[in-house]
Amino acid sequence: MLKRRRWLFAIAAILPTLAIYFWVRILPIGEILRLSVHKWDLLSRNKPFIGLENFRELFGDHLFWEALRNTSIIAFGVLVITIPLAMIIAALIYHRTRSRFAGFYETTVFIPHVASLVPAAMAWKWIFDAKLGPLNAFLGLFGIPAQSWLFDPTLSLVAVIVLCSWQALGYAVIIYLVGLKNLPNSLFEAARLDGASGVQSFRFISMPLLKPITLYVSVVTLVSAFNVYAQVFVLASDAQGAPGRQVRVLVLDMLENAFRNYRVGYAASEAVVLLTIVLCLTAIQFTLLREKGGRS
Amino acid sequence: MSDQSLSSTPSRGNSARKRMLVDRSIDAFLVLFGLIMVLPLLMLVANAFKTPQELISWPPTLVPNNPTLDNITAVLNDTPLLLWMFNSFAFAALSTVAILATSAIAGYILGKFRYRSLNIIFLVILATAIVPFEVYMIPLYFQVQSLGLLNSLWGLLIGYLVMSFGIFLIRQNVIHSIPDELLEAARIDGAGELWIFFFIVLPLLRSALGALAVLAFFQAWTAFAWPLIVATTRDSYTIEVGLALFQTGFTVDLGKLSAASAIVLIPSVTLFVLLRKNFVEGVAGTGLKE
Repeated sequence: MLKRRRWLFAIAAILPTLAIYFWVRILPIGEILRLSVHKWDLLSRNKPFIGLENFRELFGDHLFWEALRNTSIIAFGVLVITIPLAMIIAALIYHRTRSRFAGFYETTVFIPHVASLVPAAMAWKWIFDAKLGPLNAFLGLFGIPAQSWLFDPTLSLVAVIVLCSWQALGYAVIIYLVGLKNLPNSLFEAARLDGASGVQSFRFISMPLLKPITLYVSVVTLVSAFNVYAQVFVLASDAQGAPGRQVRVLVLDMLENAFRNYRVGYAASEAVVLLTIVLCLTAIQFTLLREKGGRS
Repeated sequence: MSDQSLSSTPSRGNSARKRMLVDRSIDAFLVLFGLIMVLPLLMLVANAFKTPQELISWPPTLVPNNPTLDNITAVLNDTPLLLWMFNSFAFAALSTVAILATSAIAGYILGKFRYRSLNIIFLVILATAIVPFEVYMIPLYFQVQSLGLLNSLWGLLIGYLVMSFGIFLIRQNVIHSIPDELLEAARIDGAGELWIFFFIVLPLLRSALGALAVLAFFQAWTAFAWPLIVATTRDSYTIEVGLALFQTGFTVDLGKLSAASAIVLIPSVTLFVLLRKNFVEGVAGTGLKE
């Protein structure tokens, strides 16, 4: 009797949240899967089922490939810069936990991560500006000629990677700091008694022990970089948002197909590709983690 | 305790001095690195107060020679910047309240009540949590449209009512920090389930909810893609969208852009500095998923 009432309470209490969750998460996720196999051009009424036709067209669409290529370059570029740098910075901050400036280090490294995306991107847009930007002024000191960072296809990718890494770094540092705080002390004591230097014990004790954290941060960084949009929107868009020499990324291409070309079904198939990439990355993380757990 | 990862053996006075030297240089490096990290934002704020002549002078200055408020007054006259900020603030505040309420209830129920039906619910939430927002925002847009809520605060809010991570965070906290005995004792004393939730569980979750509140607020405050498609009239823009569209205009000059950006940045960065501990706690919690 009492048990039954507790069960009723639990269900009644969770029901509103569950209803919301269903309506704003599960329903649209189901819908995107459904739309991806239908042809729906916003203007027409009927949505015929066309199987994998959207995907077939997508894989022959050079704009999609350009978007996928750019997005992948950005994501892995951010990964390669962020992870090693975050590990080093976190280790140094952790080493100086007792320093008077410990709070300053944490705050300054983290501020780019919380600063609003658009103003931050604007700051970088100015830095990269070909005529007025301090970056070219700085490079000029070394005799390097001014580059048009935001108009050259390769350099604008570099600019986006720099901006995204600058934002992602703080998050990775915080996660590494948590990881470092959870490492067992005894190992470092033993290493110290054996005469290991600080750098040695970092290289041979901390880094291997932090592997699960590295894996986690890498996947989070990759996944969020695959969803890059605002940074590109601000950094690599011309006047009136016209695609002069724009860096096309997946989310941009998807939104353009849905809301500029009114091809919702087609855009949905692009979303499904994005989802597949994210799922693969997550699956890789879990597999590697399980392997590690099995061995140790 | 704090320095086992990098320190060397402090056996002799010589090496102790060497160690101090190493520590000092690490400090110097970290201070420099931190300054470089915030330098782009500092320069942006500085630009907001520069005259047009100074903005185009080489090399760029960090402190304006003749600080001026012209840019700020101009941008406040040209754009409904304060309205956009209010939109963002209202959106972020309502989203925070919704996320706190849904996460607290769902996290508590999923953490303390063990029924098979609840396990299934938890697995479903876990599975859908991986899906990025960008993947399903197009269908969600049409749901908002069918309700006639485009270009309104409520339409914006629909995308940010729940946060899977918030549910996990609270569930984790409930499991680790609220003992079953406490709840059983209250039940034996005749307390109702609702009373237990409001007067025992919620107070014990205060710090976790604080961390989640900061995360939820910043998440909505910095949202971009969703507001861009849902709020498309000049009066319904959030600050991020308003600024991004403002900067694509032909006639906008750097001074005004920097002024607008600075007005947006200063409150959120100040808020972050004040709430840093909560924020770090919340973000750190994301890494503790087991």
